[in-house]
Amino acid sequence: MLISRRGVLAAGAGLAGLAMLPVAVRAQDAAAAAPAQTADEMIAEFTGGAQVAEGDGVKLTAPEIAENGNTVPISVEAPGAAEILLIATQNPTPGVARFSFGPLAASQDAATRIRLAKTQDIVAIAKLADGSFVRTAANVKVTIGGCGG
Amino acid sequence: MAENVKPRVRVPKTASRDEVITIKTLISHPMESGQRKDKDGKVIPRSIINRFTAEFNGQMVLDARLEPAISTNPYLEFDARVPETGEFKFTWYDDDGSVYEDAHKVEVS
Repeated sequence: MLISRRGVLAAGAGLAGLAMLPVAVRAQDAAAAAPAQTADEMIAEFTGGAQVAEGDGVKLTAPEIAENGNTVPISVEAPGAAEILLIATQNPTPGVARFSFGPLAASQDAATRIRLAKTQDIVAIAKLADGSFVRTAANVKVTIGGCGG
Repeated sequence: MAENVKPRVRVPKTASRDEVITIKTLISHPMESGQRKDKDGKVIPRSIINRFTAEFNGQMVLDARLEPAISTNPYLEFDARVPETGEFKFTWYDDDGSVYEDAHKVEVS
């Protein structure tokens, strides 16, 4: 029998697929237990599909390097914003927080401490008073991830 | 089930009219993310503070929805404007249905 390179590759891919199967099934179980929205879904829900401008109007302050991913200090600021959505794109559950500012908020500014599973971008999207959206992102390098295991 | 949950808030006691004051809040809470596993490999169920609100004389200052990505002992810092003498009311909502409250009076001169 002639063994072609293509045949070997296909068989290899099949085996790899089989090996992946239990993992995929387990991942599905976990997702069913705790339905986590993806970062894109959360953004779509927040903006309602509206266009999101890049840059001015929202400022995200985060450390460049976080030694301990369990507690990373961040602050976000968006003058005149009604709401700010914070997302950690590579966390198992990407949502971080959603701040809604009331009439007595002196500034649209909030600081907190968050968990980051690994090195990733944090995204902040602000809904401004006129209903438009702006986004910004900051990359944080994480030395030790903070989501347990 | 979270135990020994204790809110701590720092608010100035006095302020001038319409002054901007910075409020710092912290509540001792494990914020169990639902991602960790115990010794037997079972997932420890999620148990977090999922919402925090700050009001002054019934008017909203900040309403924050929190997710498991918020660190243990969730800390929040924000600015408020105080138009008159009154009271700040802070409320934390736990996944298990518990509600924790704290109040602070501010004298406006």
